[in-house]
Amino acid sequence: MSGSFRLAEGGRIDRDRPVAFRFEGRDYQGCAGDTLASALLANGVHQVGTGIRHGRPRGIASAGAEEPSALVQIVKPFPEPMLTATTVELRDGLEAHGLPGQGRLAADPDPARYDAMHAHCDVLVVGAGPAGLSAALAAARAGARVVVADADTEFGGGLLGSGELLDHAPAADWVRRVTAELARGPDVRLLPRTTVFGHYDGNYLVALEDRGPDALTRQRTWHIRAREAVLATGAHERPLVFADNDRPGTMPAGAARTYLHRYGVVAGRRAVVFTTDDGAYPAALDLWGAGAEIAAVVDARPEAPPFWARRCAEARIPVLPGHAVVGTSGEEHVTAAHIAAFDPDSGTIGAADPQACDLLLVSGGWNPAVHLYSQAGGPVAFDGAAGAFLPAGSVPGVHPAGAASGLRTTAQCLSSGAVAGVQAASRLGLEAAAAPRPETDAHPVPKGRPLWRVPDPDTEAPGARQFVDLARDATVADIGRAVGAGLTSVEHIKRFTTVGTGHDQGKTSGTLSTGIIAELLGTDPSEVGTTTFRAPYTPVAFAALAGRERGDLYDPVRVTAMHDWHVGHGAPFENVGQWKRPWYYPRRGEDMEAAVLRECRAVRTGVGMQDVSTLGKIDVQGPDAAAFLDLVYTNMMSTLKVGRIRYGLMCTADGMVFDDGTVMRTGENRYLLTTTSGNAAHVLEHLEDWLQTEWTHLRVHLTSVTEQWATIALAGPRSREVLARVAAGIDLDNAEFPFMSWRNGAVAGRRARVCRISFSGELAFEVNVPWWHGRHVWEALYEAGGPFGITPYGTETMHVLRAEKGFPIVGQDTDGTVTPQDLGMGWAVSRKKADFIGRRSFSRPDTARTDRKQLVGLIPAAGEGVLPEGTQLVETRVLPEPPVPMLGHVTSSYRSAVLGTPFALALVRGGRDRIGQTVYGHVGDRLVPVEITDPVFYDKEGARRDG
Amino acid sequence: MTADLYGASPLAARADALARHSAPEGVQGVRIAEVPFTAQVALRVDPRGGAAERIGTALGAALPGRPGQVARTDRVLVLGLGPDEWLVVGSEGTAPELQDTLTAALDGAHGAVVDVSAHRTIVRVSGPKARDLLNTGCALDLHPRVFGADQCAQTLLARAAVILLCRETDPADFWVFVRASYARYLADWLIDATEFDG
Repeated sequence: MSGSFRLAEGGRIDRDRPVAFRFEGRDYQGCAGDTLASALLANGVHQVGTGIRHGRPRGIASAGAEEPSALVQIVKPFPEPMLTATTVELRDGLEAHGLPGQGRLAADPDPARYDAMHAHCDVLVVGAGPAGLSAALAAARAGARVVVADADTEFGGGLLGSGELLDHAPAADWVRRVTAELARGPDVRLLPRTTVFGHYDGNYLVALEDRGPDALTRQRTWHIRAREAVLATGAHERPLVFADNDRPGTMPAGAARTYLHRYGVVAGRRAVVFTTDDGAYPAALDLWGAGAEIAAVVDARPEAPPFWARRCAEARIPVLPGHAVVGTSGEEHVTAAHIAAFDPDSGTIGAADPQACDLLLVSGGWNPAVHLYSQAGGPVAFDGAAGAFLPAGSVPGVHPAGAASGLRTTAQCLSSGAVAGVQAASRLGLEAAAAPRPETDAHPVPKGRPLWRVPDPDTEAPGARQFVDLARDATVADIGRAVGAGLTSVEHIKRFTTVGTGHDQGKTSGTLSTGIIAELLGTDPSEVGTTTFRAPYTPVAFAALAGRERGDLYDPVRVTAMHDWHVGHGAPFENVGQWKRPWYYPRRGEDMEAAVLRECRAVRTGVGMQDVSTLGKIDVQGPDAAAFLDLVYTNMMSTLKVGRIRYGLMCTADGMVFDDGTVMRTGENRYLLTTTSGNAAHVLEHLEDWLQTEWTHLRVHLTSVTEQWATIALAGPRSREVLARVAAGIDLDNAEFPFMSWRNGAVAGRRARVCRISFSGELAFEVNVPWWHGRHVWEALYEAGGPFGITPYGTETMHVLRAEKGFPIVGQDTDGTVTPQDLGMGWAVSRKKADFIGRRSFSRPDTARTDRKQLVGLIPAAGEGVLPEGTQLVETRVLPEPPVPMLGHVTSSYRSAVLGTPFALALVRGGRDRIGQTVYGHVGDRLVPVEITDPVFYDKEGARRDG
Repeated sequence: MTADLYGASPLAARADALARHSAPEGVQGVRIAEVPFTAQVALRVDPRGGAAERIGTALGAALPGRPGQVARTDRVLVLGLGPDEWLVVGSEGTAPELQDTLTAALDGAHGAVVDVSAHRTIVRVSGPKARDLLNTGCALDLHPRVFGADQCAQTLLARAAVILLCRETDPADFWVFVRASYARYLADWLIDATEFDG
């Protein structure tokens, strides 16, 4: 039985290279060059799966990407859900089974690699059929940079499956010659197995290349920017709608012709051909020539085309004009077509006569594949003669060609492709000429007459078995219900019936449903229109879109110069934006809480060190630098003296806290700002925005220097002694080097800038050295601090220490709705300055409300643990009936070594007036009493900062 | 002495891995290596003023008039990054003298001269497959006729902001300037990208 539908010769498969595969648990053999569909047909297998709603057997209904029903799940070589059998290349060891309309993702992770490639070209040709190849040839000969992408495994498009002659030789010879010439071009890139699935603004097209299991990357996403795009995307044959038109063994006539010429497969032994278009006749004759019996050509039109009727008569093929197939028999495979007399004008049918067959070929005309053209913004218009939507109007730089523009013969396609190629090249200023067109078979231009549906002899449930969309199991009856419910828009009907929403995006059903809707509404298809042609043209796996941006490469990881030291000392890391910051440094046997308490104690009583290189740093220069900073900070910066540092607060125009940091005056016209780690890029953009759009008169330049400097914080009462050991040249005395000032000098033999800044309230220094010295100076300070028990600490300890001092963290204790006054930082808002960003908002009644949420401290009642951050605060010991009035919430919460108690910061409505009161934190199902306190818990006088 | 003076470059820890994933000299493929410790000075100045002219004279090459253009002398490369923004690149250790030269030529005019030598490191990507490798993560057209020798661009490579400089076209030789904190990510990404078949 195996291979019994395969011809002894012919086709583009390699009979000397048999390919073993498994389908539905049975072993079969195909040939190299087969698709899974052609190999199944060669073995007489038509049914692939079942329909998604009704479970009816479903077969192979095309020979390409438009396939609506032959869905398979690939098991081997790697699991893939929901592919179409018509586009799966047959490979040794392939194992697959059919699907009931939908697949499932494999449970195993996908081990394959996927990647991306950006490409640019003068002319992108999509589709390598007669039109596409002619266009590519014209453009390449004119010297253009050309990319040709085609979904198939080899170039040729429709020529591969038609058995036509070009220049009196098989068309494949011409394809081979043209492809070889293109391949020799220095600036031509040929991409077979590549489906262009999206066409975006400015001729940016995205394609998916299937590179197969042997390639290093299984699939590649191509991002192609083309100056000109030739869309030679071909056309899809339209099925006909009649009762039981979904039985396996029913397929478009052109598909059967492709299986014959491309794969050497005769899809059946006795065929009925049902058509309303001349294009089905050559298919019938070709199959007859290959030995199949043609029971009848049933033509729904009153007259058969004379040219083809004559040919059929010569072959003794009965032609039945004015007839239709009105139904079929057979369950897993069609066994008979029910033929009846039919008058397309009145819509009347006669009595049905079953005609035995194992293959039912249908042809309702052709739909140009206008998907990309439409995505590019090209309008499409209904053409009554073609019964299809064709490209209309024009889009600059986009050239539909060949069957995609509604042409029907090979000669027309060759010519239009050449014209498109010449036009594209000419628009680029290249001199181009079309090559002489190869000579083609002398056939008349095929004509058709649109037929949207055949009357249903079933008067009980008319249309219920007339399938419009095989992928969605949507019928004429379903569309009738939608129209009956009052829907008139094709978009609404699509959503109501799900027509066109399957994996195939309605490639074969779209125009049909428009035609049927028009009939039911009594209007013209041009009035109904089409649904939107959305990308992707064919399904694309998320893995292919993700490419290599997965795992460790999912997003950049930013590290400091001291990163490896932190790793070596066992620090877990906290993500701050894209930065990895050491969180804490646990010693053997320590948990996080123990490590953080130890680190906090070290800073409060001895000395600690922290890597703070991640702080954003911006150099500000220019004669108007001082004026500029007065405008962007809420407090005054122009009065800062060279050599000194000031804390600065930035607000957005709405008066809400945006960022904070320090401002260091490094020269008369020069400052260095620091920003929070995660916000550095935003701050620079914010400053450039104001500078470039609002204050263009200010002479100021901003330069990011974040990674120029590695920065080490040295904090604690012993920090001066540690620094003195490696910075002998810098006078560290309080009088000479006061708090909030900076000095240049050598630290551990490296040029450094040392600042007296404290984020812990303790005596502290920040040592800045060029990034590549960071590790050396860090280690030198660590060594110098050895005798003092220097303790490296991470972000958690930093958070605890600053919270003990009531220093807010922008983004943690603020959320874009908090003013400086809410934070109790009114002291940082200048009353002298005429203007600064946010100033006007402080006179709004809302920012002056006394019941705004304000930053306060919280101490939980004795015996209670650390409050979870985010805990909601309420007024009463017992929850009242909802809605419960909320006072605010906990923004930061820790255990404190120095206070001996858990503590927290919170934003509380009218909080400052509530200091001393007890409120309740809602923790789990309990209400925990907490006392509201001043947010500064430790060293309120600031006595410790000078050591 | 130099190694001691310059400490550790951002990709010192990736040097072996980059070498392992580079094709040997002369082989069709791609080589990836760090070019550490170059002097880099950011320059901002009005291109129409006398200061720009004085700087051009002092450097021995006029400041490139358009972003993307690069001027080359024996001592420096001057990358045009914006209408009034350049990056002056010199050999290791020359940052102080470059700053002095530029500051002197500014002569008090409004401008900015900032040492950013340590801010970015350079990854050299060279060899016949260099363009394909870069184009797996860079959207620019790197064709020699479009992005030739002595052209530069600020762009994205993978997800890192970089300055891309074409040194030579045949065989292709690119310098990728990347911020120090992103350098390892970019090196890891490039190593991963060498496992491709262009």
